[in-house]
Amino acid sequence: MASTFYNEILTEHNIHPYHKHKLDGSNFSLEGVNPSCGDDIVLSLKIEDGKIVDGAYVGDGCAISQASADMMLDLVIGKTKEEAIRLKDIFLRMIKGEISEDEKKELEEASVLSDVSHMPARVKCAVLGWHTLEEILDEKPA
Amino acid sequence: MSNLNNKADVAAIRSAFPILNDTTAYLDNAATTQKPVSVISAARNYYDTMNANPLRGLYKLSVAATDAYEGARSTVARFINARESEEIVFTRNTTESLNLLAYSYGMNFLKEGDEILISIMEHHSNMIPWQQTAKRTGAVLKYVDCDDQGKISVEAFEAAVSDRTRIVAMTQLSNVLGTLNDVKTFAAIAHRHGAVFIADGAQSVPHVPVDVQDLDVDFLAFSGHKMYAPMGIGVLYGKRELLEKMPPFLFGGEMIESVTREDAKFAEVPHKFEAGTVNAAGAVGLDAAIKFVRSIGFEAIEARENALTEYAFKKLAAIPHLHILGSGRPEDHHGILTFTIDDVHPHDVAYILDTKDIDVRAGHHCAQPLMKQFGVFSTTRASLSFYNTEEEIDRLAAALGELRKEMGYDDPAE
Repeated sequence: MASTFYNEILTEHNIHPYHKHKLDGSNFSLEGVNPSCGDDIVLSLKIEDGKIVDGAYVGDGCAISQASADMMLDLVIGKTKEEAIRLKDIFLRMIKGEISEDEKKELEEASVLSDVSHMPARVKCAVLGWHTLEEILDEKPA
Repeated sequence: MSNLNNKADVAAIRSAFPILNDTTAYLDNAATTQKPVSVISAARNYYDTMNANPLRGLYKLSVAATDAYEGARSTVARFINARESEEIVFTRNTTESLNLLAYSYGMNFLKEGDEILISIMEHHSNMIPWQQTAKRTGAVLKYVDCDDQGKISVEAFEAAVSDRTRIVAMTQLSNVLGTLNDVKTFAAIAHRHGAVFIADGAQSVPHVPVDVQDLDVDFLAFSGHKMYAPMGIGVLYGKRELLEKMPPFLFGGEMIESVTREDAKFAEVPHKFEAGTVNAAGAVGLDAAIKFVRSIGFEAIEARENALTEYAFKKLAAIPHLHILGSGRPEDHHGILTFTIDDVHPHDVAYILDTKDIDVRAGHHCAQPLMKQFGVFSTTRASLSFYNTEEEIDRLAAALGELRKEMGYDDPAE
């Protein structure tokens, strides 16, 4: 059988997400939507002194969109705004197929989505969470 | 007339399609069909041997191009039993045919308070042009709903149509549910109320015999590419008296009789609707596609496609967590099976099927209001042609049966 990238990491984050819940005490919240396919997430962050101290999301959509948001939160919770933005840049470049192996390691589990660079129809699913994060961080000087 | 009753017949038909092979199961025929070699050769032969700008040149090559183009028009007219070739307007596709009607008929002849009636199961291409017509003219756009089996009843239609209805536009065969609407009955009711009836034949014309005189529809729109012809050639059939009173949709070359500095006298139908250089190779390809379809015959096509649909319906309906949209009877589906699988997004379904070389469509199928009525946002669709095989359907069913497990769901063994 042809291998798919719907491997254990991805399906686990989709079916048993760690961060898919409402977040008490969040101070930033933003909805991200892919209208054409119906992927929809609301990302909530608790940012204190320039650091993402907690985060969560709720939403519906394909496995890639949901698991990607979950893996993103794994990565950025506990990071400063600047570090999160740097990881976001690496992730978005990974989706374009433009990163080094070292950079890929920095993305930890989120790197399982690197194959999306060969799947143009799924790019917007993979980046939905990251773009929503970007909008929050760009707009809010926390 | 040929037969498609056994594997050898189907194998012979498949061998007429260069792109078909045993590796890839192409099950997205409602989006576009594959092309037989006779169609590809006919279009190529047009460019190889008779290419010139049709309808204007005075030399032999242009006469040959014109003959080929107009010959295709006659073939189309006979295929749908139009009274005469002049009732056939070539367009790019169904969407353009329906837009032609919205711009030329709807926006010129409708006024505030008039009503346009469409069904909830319309493709966006037979919905958005009428939304725009309503906005621009002040007419009211009304919908007739279908039941949960995907059927539009005569009672529901009677209740939705009124003496203010000027246009009824309805698909003959739903691209999502596979429902074959009784357009003959609905057209007769529409006419009693003084409305014109527009049939969207994009999905029906390739799969069931369509006789415009028998159905007594005023207009019929369909695409070549969904019926084995090249992309970029479509048809609008219209009753001559209606086409004659409609103003042109596009202005320019080849649609005029004479031009002064201030004004122009337009050509006769159908040429007044075919401004600019036409898609002659596409028309020639459509001519060949119709001949290909007729060489098999609708009796054999329908028998084969209905048998395949029943086979696929039973296989899919037996899969736990899979839900087929619309009728619970396979004979109502006409080659179209749209479904959901619990907890798995259709884009994930289509992607996993693609890794197994099974091609299906996933998404809203350009019918978002219908999806909403059925309480789903997005679905997966397998759509069949006579050239599909039981083996391809077995592969689809096997892949769908394993899909939830592959996505990490731990279902109990059946």
